[in-house]
Amino acid sequence: MLAKRIIPCLDVRDGKVVKGVQFRNHEIIGDIVPLAQAYADAGADELVFYDITASSDARVVDKSWVRRIAEVIDIPFCVAGGIKSEQDAQQILKMGADKISINSPALQNPALITRLADYFGQQCVVVGIDSFYDKSTGQYQVYQFTGDEKKTSATNWTTLDWVKEVQALGAGEIVLNCMNQDGVRQGYDLEQLTLVRDICNIPLIASGGAGREEHFKDVFKQADVDGALAASVFHKKMIEINVLKQYLAEQQIEIRLCK
Amino acid sequence: MNNIIIDTGCANLFSVESAVKRLGYPVTISDDPKVISQADKVFLPGVGNARHAMENIRQKNLVTTIKALKQPVLGFCLGMQLMAESSTEGVKPSTEGAASEANQVNGLNVIPTRISPLQAMGKRLPHMGWNTLTSVTDHPVFTGINPGDYFYFVHSFAAPVSEFTVASCEYGSTFSAAIAKDNFIGCQFHPERSGALGRKIIQNFLEL
Repeated sequence: MLAKRIIPCLDVRDGKVVKGVQFRNHEIIGDIVPLAQAYADAGADELVFYDITASSDARVVDKSWVRRIAEVIDIPFCVAGGIKSEQDAQQILKMGADKISINSPALQNPALITRLADYFGQQCVVVGIDSFYDKSTGQYQVYQFTGDEKKTSATNWTTLDWVKEVQALGAGEIVLNCMNQDGVRQGYDLEQLTLVRDICNIPLIASGGAGREEHFKDVFKQADVDGALAASVFHKKMIEINVLKQYLAEQQIEIRLCK
Repeated sequence: MNNIIIDTGCANLFSVESAVKRLGYPVTISDDPKVISQADKVFLPGVGNARHAMENIRQKNLVTTIKALKQPVLGFCLGMQLMAESSTEGVKPSTEGAASEANQVNGLNVIPTRISPLQAMGKRLPHMGWNTLTSVTDHPVFTGINPGDYFYFVHSFAAPVSEFTVASCEYGSTFSAAIAKDNFIGCQFHPERSGALGRKIIQNFLEL
């Protein structure tokens, strides 16, 4: 049986792992490579590295750390940030990343998704979507440039329409960042994730809001996502991955337990 | 020992190189037919699209070289699929359904099986993540590997179960998690990304 994935997310700025609350006020958590290795050893199923400044600063992610991660870890990892072309993607994949994730560049140039999928295979093209619930319109709206609060802006896409579009364009996986929940540890946005799940036929990864073990159980059982991504609860050691996985296995969720 | 990773122009060379080096073995990346022919062990990695990968291999004039290898050759993911007779993974990455001649890519044909879209029976594609093996034969590369062990898969195309199947996996339907013939063996999953058990497979291969 295909296991549900537990995915620590490491937001990277200037070669350090950082974490902010609702995409703001970033604090340094630690060095990338030792953290990556510790998570792999603890039983993480995959790692995601977001260079949260890259897209808005018009530069590609610093390359050296991708290589250093590939040297030490033996689980898959995905790199996001500023990938705007086949050349950018090729560079990151050459340094050992398994997948590349695009977010703002896909919004500016949706055809990029198709070109990347054609060249590298659908399976290594992840589309990250930053979604914000707008109370005034009652709509989930896609945001761009969320790495920089001065440039963060709403797009014309509703989240559900963009999810349909990126699938049609050839995306291999979607990471849905529910911005209202990010960093506040009140649980994943089950309502939104369930809506997206209904129209998403490719792997869907939940992001934003994990605070307790139950939140992972809920998002797997209620929203049927393929993976759950979290950052602060792992970085701050509020949840240990091996303990979490044992708990989820006891809840009859298909989980890879590390021997 | 002279271990070579064939530079197919595809992406995951460095992760394969790192996986071999972590086990303490030397390894070199090469697209030189002479160097590849003289290796003790050969890795054929691959990520991406079968059509692009075969084009690269042809442009580098490596088809004859690889087919003539008599030493152990281990393929990973797309590298396994390239060992087959043909693949229907063509221009449209999300194409599913019946194969036609037009979207067929000829492989290296060292293991006579055909790669076709994974029959996921409504399950989500790509098949991405850690899945368990449902059967394992006694191939030396799979020593110490058992049904129920998790490996990391990322693919939408697969080899059917056949006389060449070394291990199988199930996702909607049963498919080959690994195939082998003579000195060639290929894994659909990524041993270099499958933690301790993946390490075991690479080590078994290096110790052949």
